[in-house]
Amino acid sequence: MALQPFLALGVILFGIGLYGALTKRNLIIVLISIEMMLNASNINLIAFSHFAVTPNANGQVFALFNIAIAAAEVAVGLAILLAFFRLRNSADVRDVNTMKW
Amino acid sequence: MILGIPITGETVAFFLLSLLIISSGVMVMSLTKVMHTALALGGVFLGVAGIFILLGADFVGVVQILIYAGAITILMVFALMLTQKGDDTGYPGPGKRSFFTLLGVAAFCALLLFVIRGTSWPVATTKVDPFPQPSIVMIAQSLFHTYTVPFELVTLILTAALVGAVVIARKEE
Repeated sequence: MALQPFLALGVILFGIGLYGALTKRNLIIVLISIEMMLNASNINLIAFSHFAVTPNANGQVFALFNIAIAAAEVAVGLAILLAFFRLRNSADVRDVNTMKW
Repeated sequence: MILGIPITGETVAFFLLSLLIISSGVMVMSLTKVMHTALALGGVFLGVAGIFILLGADFVGVVQILIYAGAITILMVFALMLTQKGDDTGYPGPGKRSFFTLLGVAAFCALLLFVIRGTSWPVATTKVDPFPQPSIVMIAQSLFHTYTVPFELVTLILTAALVGAVVIARKEE
Protein backbone atom coordinates (compact mmCIF):
# COMPACT_ATOMS: atom_id res chain seq x y z
CA MET A 1 0.00 0.00 0.00
CA ALA A 2 1.10 3.53 -0.71
CA LEU A 3 0.44 6.73 1.18
CA GLN A 4 -2.00 8.25 -1.30
CA PRO A 5 -5.09 6.00 -0.77
CA PHE A 6 -5.07 6.80 2.93
CA LEU A 7 -4.80 10.53 2.28
CA ALA A 8 -7.64 10.26 -0.24
CA LEU A 9 -9.79 8.46 2.33
CA GLY A 10 -9.02 11.25 4.81
CA VAL A 11 -10.03 13.89 2.26
CA ILE A 12 -13.34 12.16 1.52
CA LEU A 13 -14.19 11.74 5.20
CA PHE A 14 -13.23 15.38 5.82
CA GLY A 15 -15.48 16.47 2.95
CA ILE A 16 -18.46 14.54 4.31
CA GLY A 17 -17.91 16.09 7.74
CA LEU A 18 -17.45 19.59 6.30
CA TYR A 19 -20.68 19.33 4.33
CA GLY A 20 -22.56 18.20 7.45
CA ALA A 21 -21.07 20.91 9.65
CA LEU A 22 -22.06 23.60 7.12
CA THR A 23 -25.59 22.47 6.24
CA LYS A 24 -27.13 20.52 9.12
CA ARG A 25 -29.51 22.31 11.46
CA ASN A 26 -29.43 19.98 14.45
CA LEU A 27 -26.64 21.03 16.81
CA ILE A 28 -25.80 17.43 17.68
CA ILE A 29 -25.39 16.51 14.01
CA VAL A 30 -23.02 19.46 13.64
CA LEU A 31 -20.95 18.14 16.58
CA ILE A 32 -20.96 14.66 14.98
CA SER A 33 -19.69 16.18 11.72
CA ILE A 34 -16.85 17.92 13.56
CA GLU A 35 -15.89 14.60 15.13
CA MET A 36 -15.76 13.03 11.66
CA MET A 37 -13.45 15.80 10.46
CA LEU A 38 -11.16 15.21 13.45
CA ASN A 39 -11.13 11.51 12.60
CA ALA A 40 -10.05 12.34 9.06
CA SER A 41 -7.11 14.30 10.43
CA ASN A 42 -6.22 11.35 12.66
CA ILE A 43 -6.13 9.07 9.61
CA ASN A 44 -3.66 11.49 8.01
CA LEU A 45 -1.45 11.58 11.12
CA ILE A 46 -1.31 7.80 11.41
CA ALA A 47 -0.68 7.38 7.67
CA PHE A 48 2.21 9.86 7.70
CA SER A 49 3.61 8.14 10.80
CA HIS A 50 3.57 4.80 8.96
CA PHE A 51 4.85 5.94 5.56
CA ALA A 52 7.49 8.46 6.66
CA VAL A 53 11.04 8.13 5.37
CA THR A 54 12.08 7.14 8.87
CA PRO A 55 8.89 5.71 10.43
CA ASN A 56 8.36 6.77 14.02
CA ALA A 57 5.62 6.96 16.61
CA ASN A 58 5.27 10.76 16.64
CA GLY A 59 2.17 10.69 14.44
CA GLN A 60 0.55 8.13 16.70
CA VAL A 61 1.27 10.27 19.77
CA PHE A 62 -0.23 13.31 18.03
CA ALA A 63 -3.31 11.24 17.14
CA LEU A 64 -3.65 10.27 20.79
CA PHE A 65 -3.47 13.93 21.83
CA ASN A 66 -6.04 14.70 19.15
CA ILE A 67 -8.40 12.02 20.50
CA ALA A 68 -8.04 13.35 24.05
CA ILE A 69 -8.77 16.94 22.99
CA ALA A 70 -11.73 15.75 20.87
CA ALA A 71 -13.19 13.93 23.86
CA ALA A 72 -12.87 17.07 26.01
CA GLU A 73 -14.40 19.14 23.19
CA VAL A 74 -17.42 16.89 22.78
CA ALA A 75 -18.05 16.83 26.54
CA VAL A 76 -18.03 20.63 26.78
CA GLY A 77 -20.02 20.96 23.54
CA LEU A 78 -22.77 18.66 24.74
CA ALA A 79 -22.86 20.46 28.11
CA ILE A 80 -23.37 23.77 26.28
CA LEU A 81 -26.03 22.07 24.15
CA LEU A 82 -27.91 20.84 27.23
CA ALA A 83 -27.76 24.27 28.86
CA PHE A 84 -28.99 25.85 25.61
CA PHE A 85 -31.79 23.33 25.28
CA ARG A 86 -32.90 24.08 28.84
CA LEU A 87 -32.92 27.81 28.04
CA ARG A 88 -34.63 27.81 24.62
CA ASN A 89 -36.23 24.34 24.39
CA SER A 90 -34.64 23.81 20.98
CA ALA A 91 -31.59 22.14 19.45
CA ASP A 92 -31.64 24.10 16.20
CA VAL A 93 -28.57 25.98 15.01
CA ARG A 94 -30.70 28.93 13.89
CA ASP A 95 -31.99 29.46 17.43
CA VAL A 96 -28.46 29.99 18.77
CA ASN A 97 -28.64 33.76 18.42
CA THR A 98 -28.83 34.91 22.04
CA MET A 99 -25.43 36.56 21.85
CA LYS A 100 -25.95 37.79 18.30
CA TRP A 101 -26.08 41.53 18.14
CA MET B 1 -4.39 -5.54 -10.49
CA ILE B 2 -7.22 -3.06 -10.04
CA LEU B 3 -6.46 0.59 -10.87
CA GLY B 4 -2.78 -0.23 -10.80
CA ILE B 5 -2.95 -1.49 -7.21
CA PRO B 6 -1.99 -5.12 -6.58
CA ILE B 7 -4.60 -7.26 -4.85
CA THR B 8 -3.29 -8.33 -1.49
CA GLY B 9 -5.00 -8.89 1.84
CA GLU B 10 -3.97 -5.40 2.87
CA THR B 11 -5.60 -3.67 -0.10
CA VAL B 12 -8.77 -5.75 0.19
CA ALA B 13 -9.01 -4.80 3.87
CA PHE B 14 -8.37 -1.16 2.98
CA PHE B 15 -11.12 -1.10 0.37
CA LEU B 16 -13.63 -2.85 2.63
CA LEU B 17 -12.88 -0.45 5.50
CA SER B 18 -13.08 2.55 3.14
CA LEU B 19 -16.43 1.31 1.90
CA LEU B 20 -17.65 0.98 5.51
CA ILE B 21 -16.39 4.47 6.42
CA ILE B 22 -17.75 6.27 3.36
CA SER B 23 -21.12 4.52 3.31
CA SER B 24 -21.59 5.13 7.05
CA GLY B 25 -20.56 8.75 6.56
CA VAL B 26 -23.09 9.23 3.78
CA MET B 27 -25.70 7.56 5.97
CA VAL B 28 -24.88 9.98 8.80
CA MET B 29 -25.58 12.85 6.40
CA SER B 30 -28.68 11.40 4.73
CA LEU B 31 -30.69 9.61 7.41
CA THR B 32 -33.54 11.70 8.77
CA LYS B 33 -34.01 10.13 12.19
CA VAL B 34 -31.26 11.45 14.42
CA MET B 35 -31.01 8.23 16.41
CA HIS B 36 -30.15 6.30 13.24
CA THR B 37 -27.56 8.99 12.56
CA ALA B 38 -25.85 8.28 15.86
CA LEU B 39 -25.79 4.55 15.11
CA ALA B 40 -24.28 5.13 11.65
CA LEU B 41 -21.64 7.26 13.37
CA GLY B 42 -20.50 4.10 15.19
CA GLY B 43 -19.80 2.55 11.79
CA VAL B 44 -17.55 5.46 10.82
CA PHE B 45 -15.57 5.23 14.05
CA LEU B 46 -15.15 1.44 13.86
CA GLY B 47 -13.97 1.71 10.26
CA VAL B 48 -11.41 4.37 11.19
CA ALA B 49 -10.20 2.12 14.03
CA GLY B 50 -9.72 -0.66 11.47
CA ILE B 51 -7.68 1.70 9.28
CA PHE B 52 -5.46 2.53 12.27
CA ILE B 53 -4.84 -1.15 12.99
CA LEU B 54 -4.14 -1.72 9.30
CA LEU B 55 -1.47 1.00 9.49
CA GLY B 56 0.30 -0.71 12.38
CA ALA B 57 -1.06 1.64 15.06
CA ASP B 58 -2.89 -1.01 17.05
CA PHE B 59 -2.83 0.92 20.34
CA VAL B 60 -4.38 3.99 18.73
CA GLY B 61 -6.95 1.74 17.06
CA VAL B 62 -8.02 0.25 20.37
CA VAL B 63 -8.12 3.72 21.94
CA GLN B 64 -10.28 4.84 19.00
CA ILE B 65 -12.75 2.00 19.65
CA LEU B 66 -12.81 2.72 23.40
CA ILE B 67 -13.19 6.50 23.23
CA TYR B 68 -14.99 7.17 19.94
CA ALA B 69 -17.08 4.05 19.28
CA GLY B 70 -17.70 3.58 22.99
CA ALA B 71 -17.81 6.83 24.90
CA ILE B 72 -18.51 9.55 22.33
CA THR B 73 -21.24 7.63 20.46
CA ILE B 74 -23.00 6.85 23.74
CA LEU B 75 -22.64 10.49 24.81
CA MET B 76 -24.21 11.59 21.51
CA VAL B 77 -27.10 9.14 21.99
CA PHE B 78 -27.65 10.49 25.52
CA ALA B 79 -27.68 14.08 24.26
CA LEU B 80 -30.09 13.13 21.46
CA MET B 81 -32.45 11.47 23.90
CA LEU B 82 -32.34 14.47 26.22
CA THR B 83 -32.99 17.05 23.50
CA GLN B 84 -35.50 15.45 21.15
CA LYS B 85 -39.09 16.51 21.53
CA GLY B 86 -40.49 13.29 20.09
CA ASP B 87 -40.57 14.34 16.46
CA ASP B 88 -37.82 14.85 13.91
CA THR B 89 -39.94 16.98 11.62
CA GLY B 90 -38.41 20.27 12.67
CA TYR B 91 -35.43 19.86 10.39
CA PRO B 92 -36.39 20.32 6.74
CA GLY B 93 -34.44 18.68 3.97
CA PRO B 94 -31.68 20.18 1.89
CA GLY B 95 -32.48 23.41 0.12
CA LYS B 96 -30.79 25.56 -2.47
CA ARG B 97 -28.05 26.73 -0.12
CA SER B 98 -26.99 23.21 0.81
CA PHE B 99 -26.71 22.41 -2.90
CA PHE B 100 -24.21 25.21 -3.34
CA THR B 101 -22.43 24.08 -0.18
CA LEU B 102 -22.20 20.61 -1.70
CA LEU B 103 -20.68 22.10 -4.84
CA GLY B 104 -18.13 24.07 -2.83
CA VAL B 105 -17.16 21.11 -0.66
CA ALA B 106 -16.88 18.86 -3.73
CA ALA B 107 -14.62 21.40 -5.44
CA PHE B 108 -12.47 21.64 -2.31
CA CYS B 109 -12.14 17.85 -2.06
CA ALA B 110 -11.36 17.57 -5.76
CA LEU B 111 -8.62 20.16 -5.35
CA LEU B 112 -7.12 18.27 -2.40
CA LEU B 113 -7.27 14.94 -4.26
CA PHE B 114 -5.64 16.56 -7.28
CA VAL B 115 -2.82 17.92 -5.10
CA ILE B 116 -2.35 14.54 -3.37
CA ARG B 117 -2.12 12.86 -6.77
CA GLY B 118 0.26 15.45 -8.16
CA THR B 119 2.71 15.54 -5.26
CA SER B 120 5.65 13.16 -5.28
CA TRP B 121 5.69 11.89 -1.71
CA PRO B 122 9.00 10.76 -0.25
CA VAL B 123 9.01 7.02 0.29
CA ALA B 124 11.05 4.92 2.66
CA THR B 125 14.05 3.59 0.79
CA THR B 126 14.55 0.48 2.88
CA LYS B 127 11.93 -2.24 2.67
CA VAL B 128 12.01 -3.09 6.35
CA ASP B 129 9.05 -3.38 8.67
CA PRO B 130 8.27 0.24 9.59
CA PHE B 131 7.68 -0.56 13.25
CA PRO B 132 10.26 -3.06 14.51
CA GLN B 133 9.11 -2.72 18.10
CA PRO B 134 5.54 -3.11 19.31
CA SER B 135 3.83 0.22 18.74
CA ILE B 136 2.89 0.57 22.40
CA VAL B 137 6.61 0.54 23.36
CA MET B 138 7.38 3.29 20.87
CA ILE B 139 4.38 5.35 22.01
CA ALA B 140 5.35 4.97 25.65
CA GLN B 141 8.95 5.98 24.99
CA SER B 142 8.06 9.08 23.04
CA LEU B 143 5.13 10.00 25.32
CA PHE B 144 7.13 9.84 28.53
CA HIS B 145 10.47 11.10 27.18
CA THR B 146 9.86 13.58 24.39
CA TYR B 147 6.30 14.69 25.04
CA THR B 148 6.10 14.64 28.83
CA VAL B 149 5.03 18.28 29.19
CA PRO B 150 2.25 18.12 26.52
CA PHE B 151 1.05 14.88 28.14
CA GLU B 152 0.69 16.62 31.50
CA LEU B 153 -1.01 19.58 29.80
CA VAL B 154 -3.55 17.19 28.26
CA THR B 155 -4.40 15.85 31.71
CA LEU B 156 -4.86 19.45 32.85
CA ILE B 157 -7.18 20.16 29.90
CA LEU B 158 -9.20 17.02 30.60
CA THR B 159 -9.66 18.04 34.23
CA ALA B 160 -10.67 21.57 33.22
CA ALA B 161 -13.11 20.21 30.62
CA LEU B 162 -14.64 17.84 33.18
CA VAL B 163 -15.21 20.62 35.70
CA GLY B 164 -16.39 23.01 33.00
CA ALA B 165 -18.87 20.52 31.54
CA VAL B 166 -20.37 19.85 34.97
CA VAL B 167 -20.64 23.58 35.73
CA ILE B 168 -22.21 24.44 32.36
CA ALA B 169 -24.70 21.56 32.30
CA ARG B 170 -25.75 22.04 35.93
CA LYS B 171 -29.26 23.30 36.48
CA GLU B 172 -29.35 26.91 37.68
CA GLU B 173 -30.58 27.25 41.24
